[in-house]
Amino acid sequence: MTGTGTGTGQRAYRPRMSLWWWARKRSYTLFILRELSSVFVAWFVLFTLLTVWSVARGEERYEQFLDFASNPLVVALNVLALAFLLFHTVTWFNLTPKAMPVKVRGRRVPSTVVIAAQWLGFVVVSAFVVWLVVS
Amino acid sequence: MPNREVEPFAWMAFSAGGVAAAMFAPILLFLFGLALPLGWVSPDHAGLLDALGHPLTRLALLGVCAAALFHFAHRFRYTLYDGLQLARFGTVITAGCYGLAVLGSAAAAYILLLVL
Amino acid sequence: MADSITLRVTRYQPEVDDEPRAQDFDVPLRENWVVLDGLNYIKDRLDGTLSYRWSCRMGICGSCGMMVDGEPALTCATFLVDHAPGPIRVEPLANFPVVRDLVVDIGDFLEKLPRVSPWIVRDDDIPVDEGESLQTPEELADYKQYSMCINCMLCYSACPVYGLDPDFIGPAAIALAQRYNLDSRDDGAAKRLDVLIHPDGVWGCTFVGECTTACPKDVDPAGAIQRYKLTAAMETIKSYVSPGGGP
Ligand code: SF4
Ligand code: FES
Repeated sequence: MTGTGTGTGQRAYRPRMSLWWWARKRSYTLFILRELSSVFVAWFVLFTLLTVWSVARGEERYEQFLDFASNPLVVALNVLALAFLLFHTVTWFNLTPKAMPVKVRGRRVPSTVVIAAQWLGFVVVSAFVVWLVVS
Repeated sequence: MPNREVEPFAWMAFSAGGVAAAMFAPILLFLFGLALPLGWVSPDHAGLLDALGHPLTRLALLGVCAAALFHFAHRFRYTLYDGLQLARFGTVITAGCYGLAVLGSAAAAYILLLVL
Repeated sequence: MADSITLRVTRYQPEVDDEPRAQDFDVPLRENWVVLDGLNYIKDRLDGTLSYRWSCRMGICGSCGMMVDGEPALTCATFLVDHAPGPIRVEPLANFPVVRDLVVDIGDFLEKLPRVSPWIVRDDDIPVDEGESLQTPEELADYKQYSMCINCMLCYSACPVYGLDPDFIGPAAIALAQRYNLDSRDDGAAKRLDVLIHPDGVWGCTFVGECTTACPKDVDPAGAIQRYKLTAAMETIKSYVSPGGGP
């Protein structure tokens, strides 16, 4: 961690980032949690495919799958995963207007409107999926 | 590290998957992971098979799954680079992450298009 | 209100120190005093060997950036009372080599800025006798925010990606590129694209967003970078669709 030589002939001190940099500040920690939500996105895909597969393989397989999925450990994992997925949704929706300014007739749409529109989409999609699966 | 030709596509897949996951993942995992197993809703097996087996459902699910996997691959790759400071293993990490996404998408296509 | 406050200042004197150490100074706690006033008080009355940079003391020159209680800040715009009761940690800007005390080496930043051609690039020169190149207020609004940058480097010290990989071209440089890309008089976008889609360019950014939080001038470099990623991706696709027609 000591300084190394620079072109100026003086020893400049070069700090190194610690492996725990993301624990130093709340906003960094939230960032890392946001990035780690991707792991639960992968879990969501795996679990969805398992569900579909068991449904496709007939009623008996599906019942077995329900047994497996109602195991408290699996339920706990899914609750955790759901929390991370919602965190992903919130952060993603909030960042969208920053990454993609929306203009209507030359005027910039306020970010609150963009965020609200996304949540509207979320509600519509969710309602549709529930209707599709339940009815 | 992927070169400048690949990175834009990886990023676009990441973004598409980010949108797909933000919109679809919570409700799907809520239904499949909690509501069905815990009996909060109990559609019969035939109805479920019907709903999932519809060609449009299959295609939509395939799109969501594949995009979400590439979202995962891209984000997780950079998490390993920055969070764990593993950028020096960039090639291995990149191959692993996107490789997983490709294999996963193939599995999704197999399940959704052939098994179902 | 207490009448004094402790500044815990980082000292580093390369001829004697192997690594930085902290030194406490008590300075008067006045309502209208900023951290920089405290440092000037130390330099004038307590220890003339303390080194730090400043010039305008009004948030314009961008030279007084330091870490105040762990956050990058302009010390001329950070009031002591907002950090009372102290001690207030005053450290050199993070992510840069420390030359002495609170002075960091800005060479890397100065080398990066000109890489994005931060000036108006024209395909054809407009003769002076044609008069001004006019812009509408909307055209100005497209880039104005990015032109507010004062090169204070707070965004670099807030950015973990830059901290981990100093080759990353960084927030202010990319925002500056957008400053000119989005200017209706500029034709240099293709030239800047080559620099920005380089592996050290926009793709390393993971949208931590801390640069935007740190920026004292509301430049929003994080937004500039994400917007640029979209542009860069579109340009890449275009260059595949119409080879030769692309950048
Ligand atoms: S973008 Fe903001 S934080 Fe970064 S150098 Fe410019 S003024 Fe400072
Ligand atoms: S002294 Fe000029 S910005 Fe602070």
